[in-house]
Amino acid sequence: MSKATTLSLWNGVQTILWQEYLLFERRFWRNMASTMVTPLLYLIAFGFGLGRGIRFEGTSYLEFVIPGIVALTTMNGSFNAVATPVNIARMYDKTFEEYLTAPISMLAITSGRILAGALRGLFSGTMMLVLTLLFGVHLKITPLFFLMLFLNCLLFAGFGFWAALTIQSHSDVTKFNSFVINPMSFLCGTFFSLQSIPGPLALFLKILPLTHTTTGLRAIASGQGVPWWNLTALAFFASLFFLLSLRACYQVED
Amino acid sequence: MIVLEHLTKKFDKFTSVDNLSLHIHKGEFFGLLGPNGAGKTTTIRMLMTLARPTSGRIIIDGQDMTRNAPALKAEIGLVPQHINLDNELTPRENLDLHGRLFGIPTKERRERIEELLHFVELEGRADEIVRKFSGGMKRRVLIARALMHRPHILLLDEPTIGLDPMTRRKIWELVRKLNTNGQTVLLTTHYLEEAEALCNRVGLMNKGRLVELGTPEELKIRTGPFVVEIDKGGERRGHFFPTREAGLAFMQQLHHEGHTDPVSLRATHLEDVFIHITEAPPSAIGSLQATREEKQKS
Ligand SMILES: Nc1ncnc2c1ncn2[C@@H]1O[C@H](COP(=O)(O)OP(=O)(O)OP(=O)(O)O)[C@@H](O)[C@H]1O
Ligand SMILES: [Mg+2]
Repeated sequence: MSKATTLSLWNGVQTILWQEYLLFERRFWRNMASTMVTPLLYLIAFGFGLGRGIRFEGTSYLEFVIPGIVALTTMNGSFNAVATPVNIARMYDKTFEEYLTAPISMLAITSGRILAGALRGLFSGTMMLVLTLLFGVHLKITPLFFLMLFLNCLLFAGFGFWAALTIQSHSDVTKFNSFVINPMSFLCGTFFSLQSIPGPLALFLKILPLTHTTTGLRAIASGQGVPWWNLTALAFFASLFFLLSLRACYQVED
Repeated sequence: MIVLEHLTKKFDKFTSVDNLSLHIHKGEFFGLLGPNGAGKTTTIRMLMTLARPTSGRIIIDGQDMTRNAPALKAEIGLVPQHINLDNELTPRENLDLHGRLFGIPTKERRERIEELLHFVELEGRADEIVRKFSGGMKRRVLIARALMHRPHILLLDEPTIGLDPMTRRKIWELVRKLNTNGQTVLLTTHYLEEAEALCNRVGLMNKGRLVELGTPEELKIRTGPFVVEIDKGGERRGHFFPTREAGLAFMQQLHHEGHTDPVSLRATHLEDVFIHITEAPPSAIGSLQATREEKQKS
């Protein structure tokens, strides 16, 4: 890449992050409330309600379930930070045109929006972790833990961006939530171990991106070493959705 | 220079722009006119790569316009037909966003924002979110935004719709000034007096096709520079004539034939040309002229 292209890429990404930050600040409490309510309820119901006394896979259920809840919080947070607003910007407000008509590359638009969404997801995940720490749960939160979490955020922000640019009506965002995001929230080893699931289904669930995040985070949090396989799989999915998003950005109309 | 070569846009089976070829010269003030659904907005959207041509080419300053052409996009300012400001941001922030996207350095950006806010008379409300603005105020922000980066080419899709007469005149003055300084302007409008006041040349589109092209004067001469209007039971019909005398003769003839409907003779406006061409299908225009000529002879 030439110096000028790199500069303009950075300029585009930076501008999108600036704009997203303005809006993030402006809607802080509204966003916080809506992204934190569901995971908090899970935490209370499955974690504190069920989990204090129950032992599970050698740890307390609470310690088992928290990486799962953090994973699903970041998934939901990142996906919805991108899918809904970008879809509205594209189909209703038409503000997405402001990017398309600006002298920034499609790479800058894609990177900027996905990065902004991922940071939003990471913020929700971090808030969640802080809350659990306040409740005195002991997990090994290492930089690698955050790296994994961030990969998960990039992945689902990318998925959200791709969805936002390819679907034909806003109600399809809801469909993505009901049929893809929500099932994954429950089934990808978030609340229970996949060992209790029958063979073929477990195999399918093990391929899904969120499963890699939950098992990977759990491995890191309980000090079992680096989950290379999960990291690789997440990096693969994140790249895949990034490329699909980039292509969608070149092709999107209206 | 903007060159459109055999530009066609189809939505499913429906052809919105049909084999449009057009050269807009550097420094020209070009008006693209036509009734609702003629394909003006689609043409402008294709120019800005917001819509992809089904076939044909767009060449701007010798380069093919593509979606990933930052250098070309930096030269163009767009006022879209629909308001696409970020409603959650203030006018100042909307302009700031635009300036940043176009890579304008901070100091210059600040000054330019103040200058434009002053020009569109919104300094007093520059820090309220746009959502709460009136339609005309939003449109003023939209125009200011398009001018932020001092583009060499301006694409204006009904830019003055909903503006009060004073603001409209002010925008006219500004774009005219920009144009005299060498900027190329492509304007679509339904205000024909606006096109007449501003455009060096106009193209008339109907059903996706370019049906007339020329200076406003040429178009008027082609249709007939004088028009006799007859009010018949509330319906007004225009008859065009090459000279004032021919018009007067026609009026006298009507009088002799015993017509009592009110008639009047005046110079043709661009609006008359527009209505004349878009009302009647091309074949009917010929026959209309024939009957008129017959009448004149008899
Ligand atoms: N996204 C789309 N999908 C399907 N048809 C479309 C789409 N956009 C435009 N059209 C059709 O293309 C035709 C031309 O529309 P366009 O908006 O270009 O007209 P226009 O000349 O700008 O009209 P107006 O003066 O009302 O703004 C219309 O019949 C319209 O329905
Ligand atoms: Mg239009």
